[in-house]
Amino acid sequence: MTFLLAGARVVDPSSGEDAVRDVAILEGRLVDPAQLSDDAPRVDAAGLVVAPGFCDLHTHLREPGGEGAETIASGARAAVRGGFTTVCAMPNTSPPLDDPDLLADLASRAAGAAARVRFIGAVTRGRAGEALTDVAALAGAGAVAFSDDGAAVPDALLEAALGAAMASDRPLFEHAEDPALAAGALMRAGPTALRLGLTGWPPAAELACVERDLAAAEATGARLHLTHLSTGAALDAVRAARRRGVRVTCDVTPHHLALTDAWVSGDRAWSWEEPGDVDGALAYDGRCRVNPPLPARDDALALLAGLADGTIDAIATDHAPHPPERTLVPFDAAAPGLIGLETALSIGLAAVAAGRVPLPVLLAALSVRPAAIIGEQRSLAVGSRADLVAFDPVATWTVMPETLASRSSNTPLLGRTLPGVVRLTIADGRVTWNDGILAPRA
Amino acid sequence: MTHLLDVDGIPRPQVERLLELAVEMREARAARRSPDLLERETIATCFYEASTRTRVSFELAAKALGATTVDLAIAGSSVGKGESLVDTMRTLERTGVTVAVLRHGSAGAPWLVARETGLRVVNAGDGAHAHPTQALLDALTLREALGTLDGARVVIVGDVAHSRVARSNLHLLGTLGARLRVAGPPAFVAGFDAWPGVEVATTLDGALDGADAVMTLRVQLERDAGSGISSVADYARAWGITPERLERARPGAPLLHPGPTNEGVELSAEAANGPRSLIGRQVENGVPVRMAVLATVCGAVA
Repeated sequence: MTFLLAGARVVDPSSGEDAVRDVAILEGRLVDPAQLSDDAPRVDAAGLVVAPGFCDLHTHLREPGGEGAETIASGARAAVRGGFTTVCAMPNTSPPLDDPDLLADLASRAAGAAARVRFIGAVTRGRAGEALTDVAALAGAGAVAFSDDGAAVPDALLEAALGAAMASDRPLFEHAEDPALAAGALMRAGPTALRLGLTGWPPAAELACVERDLAAAEATGARLHLTHLSTGAALDAVRAARRRGVRVTCDVTPHHLALTDAWVSGDRAWSWEEPGDVDGALAYDGRCRVNPPLPARDDALALLAGLADGTIDAIATDHAPHPPERTLVPFDAAAPGLIGLETALSIGLAAVAAGRVPLPVLLAALSVRPAAIIGEQRSLAVGSRADLVAFDPVATWTVMPETLASRSSNTPLLGRTLPGVVRLTIADGRVTWNDGILAPRA
Repeated sequence: MTHLLDVDGIPRPQVERLLELAVEMREARAARRSPDLLERETIATCFYEASTRTRVSFELAAKALGATTVDLAIAGSSVGKGESLVDTMRTLERTGVTVAVLRHGSAGAPWLVARETGLRVVNAGDGAHAHPTQALLDALTLREALGTLDGARVVIVGDVAHSRVARSNLHLLGTLGARLRVAGPPAFVAGFDAWPGVEVATTLDGALDGADAVMTLRVQLERDAGSGISSVADYARAWGITPERLERARPGAPLLHPGPTNEGVELSAEAANGPRSLIGRQVENGVPVRMAVLATVCGAVA
């Protein structure tokens, strides 16, 4: 695999580079263009952005147990279609990933996948919240982090879980939500929930748990990673904790940055736009149900500001595939979550186009910074293994089941035309997504 | 109008037309001259939650206008075998049903059916969200009692937070010009201070002060029983409507209740059966209002 991407805008957050130049790839490695022979294939990359391969810290691959919605292979194809070269699979499969042998089995299944698939081990056996898993053995088998995603680690186990993760030098990925405060909630509390007659999720449900987690991380010195934060108040708590020296990182999802609770009532305006004319026919779409729920507009804007100012380390998709029979149901019966691997970059680029976040900051939150949280390197420097994405930030595509590589298409963005088309993804030296810009066998 | 999902956003002239039509239907029905406007329609009543007055009045309304009717008996249908709402409704559509009158415990269920099938959908109550035909019959009843709703102070007392009747009335009576006030224990009215145009009263006497009409809601003992109130007896003492309490309202202010009533809880038997009570009138208006709605949704009237 040897070729030249000529005249691309190279954005490398690992070095701060943002410049137009040629990118030369020789046998899967980044080299000085002078090292390529004159007959090496040359791809006109003018207008394309080349960035380090994206790393998703929060992916649901549904294998084992939910292969109708997604598999390791299909999820990895969706990943590279969206520019991700690494995905971190959450352990809430059936059975849950709480056992080193199962992890080894899944890792072998993932060996030939289009993206690197890393695994997050369960914190508690069966994700039942009662007894810790063998964290050290799971880490030894390759778990990059630990999480009971879907629920917070119970009070009684929190310090022990943080201690065990710390002993294995792994972060705890916490779904920060107080179960009592969130009980029965269907969407974000507020005027829209009140009007729609849906039980509201109070932002205190997140803040209370975040404060608890930060205190425990401070007490233990362990690494805490707060996933899918959805409120400005939680971000403020993270900022304050960092000033105290707490080892905390955090991510937000694209849908908490760009969508709002008004989407449940049929609004389809991005969070940074003035609320639009609500199309009442779209109300109560089960694909808008997600946990934590789509935020109030003020919170979405606070998250965008936190992304722009660097408080937020990573954009993680919480890619949550579900088959139609689990979303084509009344709102309160819908399975929470939406797919995100193939739309994350596009949503981010829409925010960039709106002036909400600079492109290099967006790309850092998609690539270098999340990769660092699980101990992966990303760089476009000469000499590095090629692991990158090349995308056209201006070209558009329309989200349809047939344009998605995922087995599922549960997203309220279905039918929407979005900016940003991934032309080429190179994962660990292999071309695993090529949207026609590279001749076969290059 | 191909569906009646909610009364939120229906412009006032269209509401006025529906109410006029309901009066025409009432007169025609009294004279036993209801027009066969819907003889080409097959209307299914699909009640996933129990109901007497709403289901019966929809069925009578459909029959009065010449429609073929069918009742989806939930207990004896495939629903009991786990068939999904969308699949059941698609099955009805394939058998020739043209209109689904849907009552469902999940807020928003009628929107799903409207999106996923070719049926015309009439919302007969969805979760805590909306009950459009109840609001229309309440509006008709109130307007005939008061002459006009413009500027009238209407008070809704009870578990507003869990009430689809309250939500639909807040929308519809507001459209017709009423000034709205809600009242009840804090958990029953939480958040409604943010509802546009609505004021929240924290005592019954404060709520009734100057009221032109009073609507009290059923304490839903079967749903969330007790949540938000210390006891039924305490609730009755603090919020139960009696003829004496009603004296706080304007002279002659009428009393409404969507039924079925818990006499001795949200209102006394004397109040329910007293001279100010419009509860019987509400039920009588149920059939003609639903005739007007079905005829409108089916495009059978201008």
